[in-house]
Amino acid sequence: MDKPFAITLDVGSSLANKTGSWRTSRPVYVDRLPPCNHACPAGENIQSWLYHAEAGDYEAAWRVLTRDNPLPAIMGRVCYHPCETACNRGQLDESVGINSVERFLGDEALKRGWRFEPPARESGKRVLVVGAGPSGLAAAYHLRLFGHAVTIIEAGPLAGGMMRFGIPKYRLPRDVLDAEVQRILDLGIELRLNRKVSNILETMEQDRFDAAFLAVGAHIAKRAFIPAGSAAHMLDAIAVLRGMEGEDKPLLGRRVVVYGGGNTALDVARTAKRLGASDAIVVYRRTREKMPAHDFEVEEALQEGVLIKWLSTIRNMADAGTLTVEKMRLDDKGFPQPTGEFETLDADSLVLALGQDVDLSLLLGVTDLVIEHGVVQVGANMMTGHPGIFAGGDMVPSERTVTVAVGHGKKAARHIDAWLRGGSYAPLPAHKLAPFESLNPWYYADAPKTARPVLDLARRASTFDEIVAGLDESTALFEARRCLSCGNCFECDNCYGVCPDNAVIKLGPGKRFEFNYDYCKGCGICVAECPCGAIEMIPETI
Amino acid sequence: MLKQIEGSRAVAEAVARCRPEVICAYPITPQTHIVEGLGEMVKSGELANCEFINVESEFAALSVAIGASAAGARAYTATASQGLLFMAEAVYNAAGLGLPIVMTIGNRAIGAPINIWNDHSDSMSMRDAGWIQLYAETNQEALDLHIQAFRLAEELSCPVMVCMDGFILTHAYDRVDVPTQEDVDAFLPPFEPRQVLDVADPVSMGAMVGPEAFTEVRYLAHHKQLRALKLIPQLSAAFQARFGRFSGGLVKPYRTDDAETIIVALGSVNGTIQEVVDEMRDAGTKIGSLGICSFRPFPLAQVREVLQHAKRVVVIEKCLAVGLGGIVSDGVRNALSGIVLKGHTVIAGLGGRAITRAALRQLFQDAGNDELEQLTFLDLDADLIQFELEREARARRSGPTAEAILRRVGTVASQVA
Amino acid sequence: MELQTVKFYQTGTFTVGNRLLAEDERSVQANMDRTNSLNSGHRACQGCGEALGARYAIDAAMRATNGELIAVNATGCLEVFSTPYPETSWKIPWIHSLFGNAAAVASGVAAAMRVKGTPGVRVVAQGGDGGTTDIGFGCLSGMFERNDDVLYICYDNEAYMNTGVQRSSATPPAARTATTPAVGREPGNVFGTGKNVPLIAMAHSIPYVATASVANLRDLERKVAKAMEIAGARYVHIHVPCPLGWGSLPADTIKVARLAVESGLFPLFEAEYGEITGRTPIRRKVPVTDYLRLQKRFAHLFNVAGEGRVAQIQAIADRNIAKFGLLEEARTHG
Repeated sequence: MDKPFAITLDVGSSLANKTGSWRTSRPVYVDRLPPCNHACPAGENIQSWLYHAEAGDYEAAWRVLTRDNPLPAIMGRVCYHPCETACNRGQLDESVGINSVERFLGDEALKRGWRFEPPARESGKRVLVVGAGPSGLAAAYHLRLFGHAVTIIEAGPLAGGMMRFGIPKYRLPRDVLDAEVQRILDLGIELRLNRKVSNILETMEQDRFDAAFLAVGAHIAKRAFIPAGSAAHMLDAIAVLRGMEGEDKPLLGRRVVVYGGGNTALDVARTAKRLGASDAIVVYRRTREKMPAHDFEVEEALQEGVLIKWLSTIRNMADAGTLTVEKMRLDDKGFPQPTGEFETLDADSLVLALGQDVDLSLLLGVTDLVIEHGVVQVGANMMTGHPGIFAGGDMVPSERTVTVAVGHGKKAARHIDAWLRGGSYAPLPAHKLAPFESLNPWYYADAPKTARPVLDLARRASTFDEIVAGLDESTALFEARRCLSCGNCFECDNCYGVCPDNAVIKLGPGKRFEFNYDYCKGCGICVAECPCGAIEMIPETI
Repeated sequence: MLKQIEGSRAVAEAVARCRPEVICAYPITPQTHIVEGLGEMVKSGELANCEFINVESEFAALSVAIGASAAGARAYTATASQGLLFMAEAVYNAAGLGLPIVMTIGNRAIGAPINIWNDHSDSMSMRDAGWIQLYAETNQEALDLHIQAFRLAEELSCPVMVCMDGFILTHAYDRVDVPTQEDVDAFLPPFEPRQVLDVADPVSMGAMVGPEAFTEVRYLAHHKQLRALKLIPQLSAAFQARFGRFSGGLVKPYRTDDAETIIVALGSVNGTIQEVVDEMRDAGTKIGSLGICSFRPFPLAQVREVLQHAKRVVVIEKCLAVGLGGIVSDGVRNALSGIVLKGHTVIAGLGGRAITRAALRQLFQDAGNDELEQLTFLDLDADLIQFELEREARARRSGPTAEAILRRVGTVASQVA
Repeated sequence: MELQTVKFYQTGTFTVGNRLLAEDERSVQANMDRTNSLNSGHRACQGCGEALGARYAIDAAMRATNGELIAVNATGCLEVFSTPYPETSWKIPWIHSLFGNAAAVASGVAAAMRVKGTPGVRVVAQGGDGGTTDIGFGCLSGMFERNDDVLYICYDNEAYMNTGVQRSSATPPAARTATTPAVGREPGNVFGTGKNVPLIAMAHSIPYVATASVANLRDLERKVAKAMEIAGARYVHIHVPCPLGWGSLPADTIKVARLAVESGLFPLFEAEYGEITGRTPIRRKVPVTDYLRLQKRFAHLFNVAGEGRVAQIQAIADRNIAKFGLLEEARTHG
């Protein structure tokens, strides 16, 4: 074409005008820490495995998950999901059902027989793990993946710790527990059952262990001073729950009173109902709001017919069949104060669920440890005062949950691994948190959480069948897709679409985007319209 | 083929032979019969492969033509007077974009006061817009110029205005020779645009040009018209070879070889002037006339060559540069730069006033006797003017001039009140 | 054509695209091969809504016509910032003639395509509100009346922005512009003036009329694609914020456009042959103040004297909501 001068122009000529020179601030892609990851005591990369799950790549999701936590099917049943509490979606409609999806992935893995990859090389080091509860199992798993030879010594007849002997079957079926434990052991971990370690230093020296991780848990029931007649049937909760694993179930009678306000108290009361008790009454000295038990457990217990007496303490158990209970009131500081009013309560048995203490006997002879409030003090590296002896779970200061215990196991394993190599492990500095304010919620369609189906009350009352069933694939997918991907690009194409200057380059599936700073004018629309807050403006340098 | 048809019809048939592809029509006296004729030919199928579009204004008419031409179609429209002014922005735009649109101007006076009769004020108002302007002397020439105009426009990529006197030519039934389609096809090839909107080769037309390049663009537009000075004679020669008659060209000298007085004019008045020249030549006066066909580009060299040996030049203009005098005279004086002779401007025929042989004869004689002022208005009613000036001087609220004059002249309506 | 809501409960319905959506369920803008009809290097202000709207609309039209599209542009911001010699940002055949004649020039191009035997090459005319509702109104009406095969797109930023923010007949009541300054007894643009060109287009009974917003890309693309399926005169009126003229932050362009829609001040609807056939309901209704507060051109409404006038603006929004049924469930016909 013979174009007249200046009047008619060739396409593409505007690319010579690099409008990037107009900017005073520039957008950059950032990765921020999602609140779910931040809240998970086991340090799972939740957003990352949800990312895979929502695309239907369940095995990839499971592998990301199990990089941090080897027990997802268990977690999906027993974890109290602080991730969901922290989840930003909760401020939109309802938090993502992370726990349900974790359970789905865990169950899928069991169904399909996905295995862990054994370590590529052996390190030549030997590590002892004392206690086959969640903390010990998690530590063993991570240590084994580092290539160390691991031996677990467990005092009880079966592995599992509180998962087996504290959490009732109706919450955690034993076949699931067994399968996940076995899968860890299949990495080549030695498990010695029915052996109680009485002296840790001796045991270590005997079998030439280079380091030890202690996770014996807290299995000694706390007691209270309750005068009781000789025929009074008083037991502790631990013994009752432990007794459920054996052949002979504990005999609690028709009217069972459980003293205490924690989850254990409720577990015992609900177990009593299933064993056939007509009355299971929990006696707690304060109110429902102050009760340490999780609210959903209280709800489920009440639905199952468990009765709860608030603001009450047990004075004595006179003879078989009668308890004296004193009414309490809360003072202005929230502490319960006796009122002087009494009543009696019929009870065939009284179960004390007043907390648990740690059996520290194995530490006799280890002088450089610090023990305070009945638990072993450890540093930020999970090591006790004694070099080479690490500890975690309920036996160190912690919130006593399975998930926290698993987190300790992972953390300790990393420090042990570094210590064995003569160095130390320093975790990478965390990204900045991604709060709800950094999101653009407009883009997330309203989609309430899917609720997990719950067993009918009648069935719940009489059997130990699992009461909460999981999600199926379509609902799990739906749930995973509700994730907002806080703080991390999930390739929604918004930035690529909203730039008036076509200054965002799409790199391709899985490769995210890049800014074309030759043309970016720094208007900031991309920042404003990024749904997950993964773009920030920083001042331009002159 | 010889036909006795209205001038407008002749133009319509000529344009139809040129295979136009898009015709835009908006009515305005005196060109309307042209577009009506073309519309009928399209509707009946006689003129095939042509889109005839009834638009909502002259501004739209030329704009539609601009779009069509830019997209590679041969485009045509016609207008006059007020309509030409209404499309003024588009007139400049078409020239600036270099689109080879052909447009007929049925020359008509511009209001206020509104007047539908012939003079050249309309096309003169657009003389500097960058269009080539050709003035037809006869209906035959009007017909022929359109055929040359398409080829001229498309070879140069420059729009062309063909001007023909309203009513005098447009509404006169005259004998014309309408060429055959074969002859026109042989003379005028299909439109090959210099630049075009094409999805296979996209460009942006109509960019904004700033101080750094604007002068160059304008120079190139001027240069294009200077090339037309060569091309116009070539085309009229080629036309003559194909069709057997001379039409167009830059200028038409008539008996000027030894003339002492030469009359210069545009358009149909040249016919009357030639008759008077013949009469006066018969009586022994050395007089001749020069008809200018190409007013833009202005043929400076050719005008100079014809006029340089004359003693006096009288330019008869059907237009008025208010506050100055003549418009064509400016070009003529430019052409005569450095040559001293007597130059006279005569403003005649405004608003359709007839230019009679008698008036011309008197005028030429006065010129010959050196009794002609430098600027005169032919047949001006001096008494009426005197009366009006006195009236305006007396009364502050003197009312509209035109109405007062009409009352004085005694037209019927003014006597009713 | 059936309207299908993309039920994808993450972001697929409202974001530009999503890695989990099939390619053909994403927007045109999500595609790596999109035309980018208006490419980088143009001189629009930071955050220009019109630049965004133009690329959205023309890319959608290019996809719908398989790349066979010619654009005709009126004088205005879009034309000036996209083609300053020697640079053009347009990647498609494009012509700029005058301020008021885009519709007529486009009619001419369309006629040429017919006569040349390439009717598959479609024509889009585009202009700002000034060039459409005021100076270009005559040509627009003529194009409508003749039912020429042209899609006219008006980018409405509610004033003559390119010449320095002067009032047009699309300027909303109370808005401050350079020719309706925020002084005197009635600061800003006068209430009771203005033209609704989409309704005027409907009065011409042309085959398709629609309003759209840069805040709703999927809706905009759907309407442009639908328009390109129809032959004859079509009109799409797109609301595009101008940060400079409106006194809003460049980063807020889409947010402000969204609030205009969600408050009811800019209703999204479609019409065929003069009858309304569908509208996009408001998702989360907001009071007009949410929208007005983000723009300095309305700042004078938030002093003591301005309350009544805010109420008047709210009444306009409420009337729109009632008239177009913007709070009812999405309904489309045909």
